[in-house]
Amino acid sequence: MNQESRLIPVATDQDVVRVRQLVRTVAVEAKLSLVDQTKLVTAASELARNTLVYGGGGTVEVGRVRSEIRAGIRIVFADQGPGIADLDLALTDGYTTGGGLGLGLSGARRLVDEFAIDTAPGKGTTITITKWCR
Amino acid sequence: MPLSPDEAGRFADLLEKQADGLVARWAELVGGSLLGRMSRPELERQTRDLQKSFQQALASGARDLTDAEAGELRAQLGELSSNRARQGFSANETAVSVFALKQAVIELLGDTADAQALRGYVAFSAFVDGAALFTFDSYVRVREALIADQAEQLLELSTPVVKLWEGVVAVPLVGTLDSARAQVVMERLLQTLVETGSPHAIIDITGVPAVDTQVAQHILKTVVAARLMGADCIISGIRPQIAQTIVALGIEFGDIATKSSLADALRYVLGKNSYKVVGANRTER
Repeated sequence: MNQESRLIPVATDQDVVRVRQLVRTVAVEAKLSLVDQTKLVTAASELARNTLVYGGGGTVEVGRVRSEIRAGIRIVFADQGPGIADLDLALTDGYTTGGGLGLGLSGARRLVDEFAIDTAPGKGTTITITKWCR
Repeated sequence: MPLSPDEAGRFADLLEKQADGLVARWAELVGGSLLGRMSRPELERQTRDLQKSFQQALASGARDLTDAEAGELRAQLGELSSNRARQGFSANETAVSVFALKQAVIELLGDTADAQALRGYVAFSAFVDGAALFTFDSYVRVREALIADQAEQLLELSTPVVKLWEGVVAVPLVGTLDSARAQVVMERLLQTLVETGSPHAIIDITGVPAVDTQVAQHILKTVVAARLMGADCIISGIRPQIAQTIVALGIEFGDIATKSSLADALRYVLGKNSYKVVGANRTER
């Protein structure tokens, strides 16, 4: 079940900082442990920057989710950019087209509990991540 | 509906003939929201300046705020907004200073106004609206300039390079490490290494809330640059949650020494230089 969620447009570096601050606030509210807070904030930072750098800007939606047995935080990163042609390659450690370390996408996947990616060339990219409270 | 030359002239006359009463009433209306934070004489002086500029613009045939004849009025409005913005008034309070003119003028026209005068007033009112919108614009521009200045000052403030010991300098990083700050940090550190001839540098990230791949990359580049200059770099202030995140992300710091606290890093460097830290009462002699 979705509770209230907040949407932030991502168009500049400052927006990435705002995403990070919002995620941290929500993570504290959801009583995530300090380690999980840091992991989620870092993952959000990576993916928001990807949205900006590779997707040419987009939106980030941060919300609390609740299943029958547990609560968590779900974040959706959406852009209308060029999409990812070879997903396996993009998820390979050390692969980058932008001069970074090549760990953002693959690293973010390891930092969260659920990671779903929906992309096709020319169709933009939508990534949904979930972190459950322990 | 722009002012016709006729109407402009009539309002210029009105502003001139009724100047004293108008300015008094105008200042009174503005004062309602501003007084307490601005003295009455200052407010009256500003209002009188505005009244003169409006009168001159209208008398010289300005039909719209963008006309060349309204140049002085624009300058006056720009200065007003800039002052208000720097004194900490809101954009609303700035625009009210102009809008109040409409109220003061309609009160002057009073009950005697016929249909023609009212038509004129509507055009005049549009002119004043334009002027008030102009103050919004200038206000925002001034505030943006202020914010840009502050961001630059913050950049300067937030990146000190401190000397911890003979031959040991440290950079305590606090807050978000974006590309611009990383650049400043690297420049400062390399410059200080040259100036002090220090062979050791400690980069302390205790104050960095999240280390993502971009931050890590900036730090790694700084370390590599310092190494090229012959200095040895240590990264300290890696807290447990940051360490776990770095491992999960898969970032490798390679053979760069890392410590959990600045104190550990300093002790490590001193140890490398054959210093030994002992309690004062245990000094051998």
